[in-house]
Amino acid sequence: MLTTILFYVFATVLVGAALGVVLSRNPVHAALFLVLAFFNSAALWLLLEAEFLGIVLVLVYVGAVMVLFLFVVMMLDVNVAQLREGFVRNAPLGAVIAAIMIGEIIYAVWTRHLGYDLRPAASMLPPASNTKALGAVLYTDYVLPFQLAAVVLLIAIVAAIVLTMRRRPGLKQQDIAAQVAVRREDRVRIVKVEPAERP
Amino acid sequence: MIGLPHFLVLAGVLFSIAVAGIFLNRKNLIVLLMCIELMLLAVNFNFIAFSHWLGNLDGQVFVFFILTVAAAESAIGLAILVVVFRERRGINVESLDAMRG
Repeated sequence: MLTTILFYVFATVLVGAALGVVLSRNPVHAALFLVLAFFNSAALWLLLEAEFLGIVLVLVYVGAVMVLFLFVVMMLDVNVAQLREGFVRNAPLGAVIAAIMIGEIIYAVWTRHLGYDLRPAASMLPPASNTKALGAVLYTDYVLPFQLAAVVLLIAIVAAIVLTMRRRPGLKQQDIAAQVAVRREDRVRIVKVEPAERP
Repeated sequence: MIGLPHFLVLAGVLFSIAVAGIFLNRKNLIVLLMCIELMLLAVNFNFIAFSHWLGNLDGQVFVFFILTVAAAESAIGLAILVVVFRERRGINVESLDAMRG
């Protein structure tokens, strides 16, 4: 009973936050609505006994990705009015397509029950801690994809840095290598000064 | 009692809202990226719901990888966004017509 109430509360807020992401005028508000959506998703994942992923969603998504989004949104000086043109014109098409998709999904999932009954009362997941069970699978069966995920993240780091790095021509900065490589002969010049004759 | 169809319908609604958002905000590159994040979230919902009801942890492992790839994707996407803003002084998708597509 409590699970049902919690599901409907979190699901309602989640759908409302998703609508806020889509409809809000200000990109900063959209990003904050997305944060709300991620929090409610994490709560729903906790209801589904995916504790590790729920916490990872909050840590990685809200803590890193959404902060990155907010950082970029606030750094760029975006002209909102210009970006909103065509919003009303596209609204009926988007609403119709969304309605069709929702109708089809509800028909397939709800009315037809996917062809088989999936309503066990108790969870069939391993009774041990979710993190432990996930780690046991991740580091044995999925160790190669795990390494590939690490490579993907490394490539993302390199790509993001390479894309945004730029050389400014007029910038004054130290050239450490040139400073270290300089030798005495380059800098010091010994001048023999003949003493002048006393008049 | 909450069953698997509840979660699948919720994920479907979420995905459809994100698709509608791509239609609505087709000029704003930032909100387009956010809509893609919403779609990935909906897909993750399906994976976790099936993982719970089938008693199989492989779905959660896949969600782990999707989260990884989505984080990488948004990092690179935002980097491209910054470069586009620097070049064009704006993030209007209409201005990205260099390839005459």
